[in-house]
Amino acid sequence: MKQDNLLIAGKTYRSRLLIGTGKYRDFSETQAAVEASGAEIITIAIRRSNIGQNPNEPNLLDILPPSRYTLLPNTAGCYSANDAVRTLRLARELLNGHSLVKLEVLGDPQSLYPNVVETIAAAKILVAEGFQVMVYTSDDPIVAKQLEDVGCVAIMPLASLIGSGMGILNPWNLQLIMERVQVPVIVDAGVGTASDAAIAMELGCHGVLMNTAIAAAQQPVWMASAMKAAVEAGRLAYLAGRMPKKLYSASPSSPVSGLIS
Amino acid sequence: MIAVIINGEHRQFDHPITLVTLLEQMQLNGKRIALERNGEIVPRGQFDQQLLANGDRLEIVVAVGGG
Repeated sequence: MKQDNLLIAGKTYRSRLLIGTGKYRDFSETQAAVEASGAEIITIAIRRSNIGQNPNEPNLLDILPPSRYTLLPNTAGCYSANDAVRTLRLARELLNGHSLVKLEVLGDPQSLYPNVVETIAAAKILVAEGFQVMVYTSDDPIVAKQLEDVGCVAIMPLASLIGSGMGILNPWNLQLIMERVQVPVIVDAGVGTASDAAIAMELGCHGVLMNTAIAAAQQPVWMASAMKAAVEAGRLAYLAGRMPKKLYSASPSSPVSGLIS
Repeated sequence: MIAVIINGEHRQFDHPITLVTLLEQMQLNGKRIALERNGEIVPRGQFDQQLLANGDRLEIVVAVGGG
């Protein structure tokens, strides 16, 4: 089989698993999980530098060097287009002009459900400013198409709510989105365990982005390995083309003739 | 007296200082940070030219773990 790469904004990636760096016990666990996952695109958050923090504290960028990973700064925690745009301008300055970003504008602190109106508004501004926007959104196929039309380079619908681990709740909507948009569709949020990631890939999604499913596992590094295998298995199964489902089969796997009597 | 807000906290300085001096005081000079002043990005190369002014609102950010 020829090389099956993920293509985002003109750049190819071997891994279709994208992972977040939040909620780990410490940086060494973050690093080990990233390593085990094989992920090349790693999300990070942008936060106020803590006044009075220990100046010798290691920095996330020291353990995940931008020379080795494609860092994807996010706008987690932003509830308006304006805050999201400001955050990503800061990220671009922090990362020396890096323009590939993850946009998410949330609507509600309980559910963390995206506010798609603010998301579209922010996407328009960011695209105009030269950002390459990978966008977290609901699984609404109309909104997904609008986000593609304003110039987003990847559409990243939720499979279920952020941090819920509920898995793929509406595979039909994911399929509707994939039928409508040309850019990669990456499931972002909701994956709880390896089978969820495999299902997303079997549906034909181009990749899966997750954080809590790995970080909140009892053994995050093992789960990172499991997710790597699941994404690869699901992708290969999708490419292989599964057999049709049927209630029963009159065609056994073993020969019907030559039975002893 | 110069009163500014840095990362949401009120700070006062006796006289105008450059952003470089401010970052030195905060032990952030040379660290991986980005700085926004009154809603506008200040490129790193301008830290030694820009003076804090009364009423400035600064945001100084770093990368942290996130999903």
